[in-house]
Formats: sequence, structure tokens, C-alpha cells
Amino acid sequence: MPVLKIPTPLRSYTNGQVEVTLNGGNVSEVMQQLVEKYPTLKPHLFNGDGQLRPFVNLFVGENNINDLQGLDTPLDNNTRVILIPSIAGGSK
Amino acid sequence: MMPKPALPGLTREEILRYSRHLLIPEVGLDGQRKLKGSSALVIGTGGLGSPVALYLAAAGVGRIGLVDYDVVDSSNLQRQVIHGTSTIGKLKVDSAREKLLDLNPDIEVETYNEPFTSENAMRIAKDYDILLDGTDNFPTRYLTNDVAVFLGKPNVYASIYRFDGQVSVFYAKEGPCYRCLFPEPPPPGLVPSCAEGGVLGVLPGTIGTIQATEAIKILLGIGQPLIGKLLLYNALDMSFDFVKLKKNPKCRVCGPNADIHELIDYEEFCGVPGHDHDEGSAGDGYDITAKDLSTRLKQNHLVLLDVREPHELEISALPGAVNIPLGTLAARLSEIDSAQDLVVFCKTGGRSTRALELLVSAGFKKVKNLKGGINAWAQEIDPKLPIY
Repeated sequence: MPVLKIPTPLRSYTNGQVEVTLNGGNVSEVMQQLVEKYPTLKPHLFNGDGQLRPFVNLFVGENNINDLQGLDTPLDNNTRVILIPSIAGGSK
Repeated sequence: MMPKPALPGLTREEILRYSRHLLIPEVGLDGQRKLKGSSALVIGTGGLGSPVALYLAAAGVGRIGLVDYDVVDSSNLQRQVIHGTSTIGKLKVDSAREKLLDLNPDIEVETYNEPFTSENAMRIAKDYDILLDGTDNFPTRYLTNDVAVFLGKPNVYASIYRFDGQVSVFYAKEGPCYRCLFPEPPPPGLVPSCAEGGVLGVLPGTIGTIQATEAIKILLGIGQPLIGKLLLYNALDMSFDFVKLKKNPKCRVCGPNADIHELIDYEEFCGVPGHDHDEGSAGDGYDITAKDLSTRLKQNHLVLLDVREPHELEISALPGAVNIPLGTLAARLSEIDSAQDLVVFCKTGGRSTRALELLVSAGFKKVKNLKGGINAWAQEIDPKLPIY
């Protein structure tokens, strides 16, 4: 099953889980399952129309899904999906 | 990069100082002269800027610019190793300059004690070969990116949060820019800052050192820079992941149909202030000061709502306050009586301002924000309470 890596800023919404194993044949199915499992994560990843927010980047392996087939990108067993959020820290 | 007239020579003392560089064939005498003739602008002299500036200075980058408008505070020293206990209260750029010139008196250090803004950014950045983004907020990150794109300079980007770090080289001439990856900033409040969420002190050391490595490679013209690649580091897992970044054809600053050709209002674009104006204030009559709250608490009953994380209550707490962390507030509104007068607080007022917005949009009418948070309460009312 595909494994989704959760970045630190979002782990408070996944009960501290670092990686979540999910069922699904493509990115869209996996993301739906993720927010069903952790509903408080949903507003951070999707806007009101159910679209992925523009500051959320999903990578399958080392490729951005925007350079593949978007949310329809198929996932094999054990494919690693990385969620990369914007973070701004650096100085303070 | 601008073509350089002739490479400066090295003095006898410099040859000794840089002998370990001169022994590496990839650097050598010519490489060291290149570094001496080069310049780098370090934006932010905090967690990332500290190791960045220290290593660029030690390496002999001839001219280093430092931009910051803050003063050194003791809470900086857990990670901002360019400063010291003896420079608490000093301007960060002056404290950093002193340290850099002690480390290497042969370089030039120029300081800009001002926020990096749309008004001054092009003027400050134009005379440097490379920019290093060590800022702490989204408006300044988008500004730094756009300045680098418009001036055709590489932007060595890094950002950190708790245990996570990201590093890339955004150089629109040869690859993607920051906006190609993040076309829009997150809505205000969705991503906590290090001041709110914390950061492992050594993390900016690791990440800033990688940033300095990339800058030195680019200035020397050696190796494979992180152009078109993003490094993701996690200190807890000790994991390094690399992902590929491509130019975004829809990028508004570096794409073929770019429609942003000059610097914009980045605070408006991001919906948040880039600098500390009115930090911890909800504005529009929604604030209550620590002094006023102290008076009100003696007169009538108020519900105090603490939206910090439970582990922060071990540092400081107000007696009788109800703790509902901001992240869970939306799901726990039913626990709060909207008929009662409510004062929301956090550490310094940032999270409580967002909690207040959430409460007001959910129909709460009698709600105020403790301006400056529990730290302001500790400062003004209860000196026994620690400030953190």
C-alpha cells in the first residue's frame, strides 16, 4: 500500500504519525482517505471547493504530481508520497 | 553573475589563512581569488544567517552584506550562534559584523539595519553576486525570490520549522524559482512560525551550513548546485530526501507568460505583515491590554481561554484558564459558553488573534484578545511568571 510521509507542521493533526499507510490506486484516493482518517487535516490541504490548496505540494517518489498526472497519478504498492508544505522559519 | 574585471591577488597572510582551500584542486589559488572578488547578501542574521555568514566570512568571500532590523535577545542564543551574551541588546547587524571581522578581518562587511522591503530591496541586492534567504516570514521570502529573478541572481533558499529543513537554489536563469514551487503563500495563520512553534537549536546550524556550501560552490563555479532540486531534511528521522523541481510554465514571475514584472506589496499578497508591526494584536477594538485585563478580572467574571499547546502550560499559566489548543478549537467550540465574556490568549498574541477570528466568525460576540499574550502579562502584571 502507498505510504504518505507527513511533514512536522502537520503531524499534530495526524496524532504524531510520521508516515501513514493508505489504500488507494491513485493520489486522489489516497488523499481522500487521509482526510477521512484525520478530518482536522482537511482544511489545511483542501479549499472549500475540494481542490488541493496551491501551497501544498505532493511528490510521488521524487516527482511533483503536477509533472505527472496530477491527482490521477497512479500509485503502486509501497510508493512513497511526500507532502511538502510551505514553511517560512529561518530567523526568529 | 556580473563578469569580474580581474581577480584580486592574495596577500602572504591570506595565503596562510586559506592554505586548506588552496590545497584542494577544485578551489586552489584561482578559486580563493574568485571568493575574494565575490560578494554575498545574507538576508536575516538569525538562525540561518548565523552559520551562513560565519562560514562565508571564514571562507574568504570578499564582501558580505547583512540585512536585519532586530536587536539581539537572549531567546535568540539557543541557535543564533553569531551573536553572544555580550551583545544582547545590540543591533543584530552590528553584533554579527563584529563577530565576522574578528573571524576574518580581511573581508568587507556591509550592514543594512532596516527591514528588507519592496522599497529598498533592489537597491540593496543589486551589487551582490548571490542572495541567501534566511528570513522568517512569507512576505520577505516572496520578495527575496522576486528580487533574485528580476536581478538575474541565484537565491540560495532555506527554511526551517521544529525538526524540518528545506534547501534549494532558486535561479530562474537555469531552473525554477520559489514561486514555481509555491505559487501562493498559505493563508495567514495556517503555518506556525518558529516563534510560535519552536525550532531545534541545532537545526538552522545544519541547514544554514548547507546553504553556505551551495553559495560557495556557486561562487567558485564547482560541483552540482541544488538548482531544480529541493532537499528535505528531518533531524528526528535523520532523513535527507531529494525531490526534483521543474520550472512552472504558469509561474507569474519567471514563466513564459509572467505578469509580474516589478516588486509588489508582499504583505498584501501574503495577507500578513512581513515585519513585527503590531505583533500579537487583533486590532479593531478586539484587543485588551494586560493592565486592563488585570483590572477587569478584579471587577467581574471573565472566561480566560488559553489556546497554547499543553506542554507550554508547564512554562507559564494563568490560574483558572481553560486550555483548548488552537489546532483543536474549531472542533471544540461547543465547550465554550458564548454568553460569557471571553479573553483569548497565547504566548505573544499571534495564535490567540487567529483563535479570535475563528470565534468571531463562529458567532461569538463577547470576545477579546490579550495583546502580547501571557508574555505581556508576565512583563506588566506578574514578574514571577517566566517570559519565553
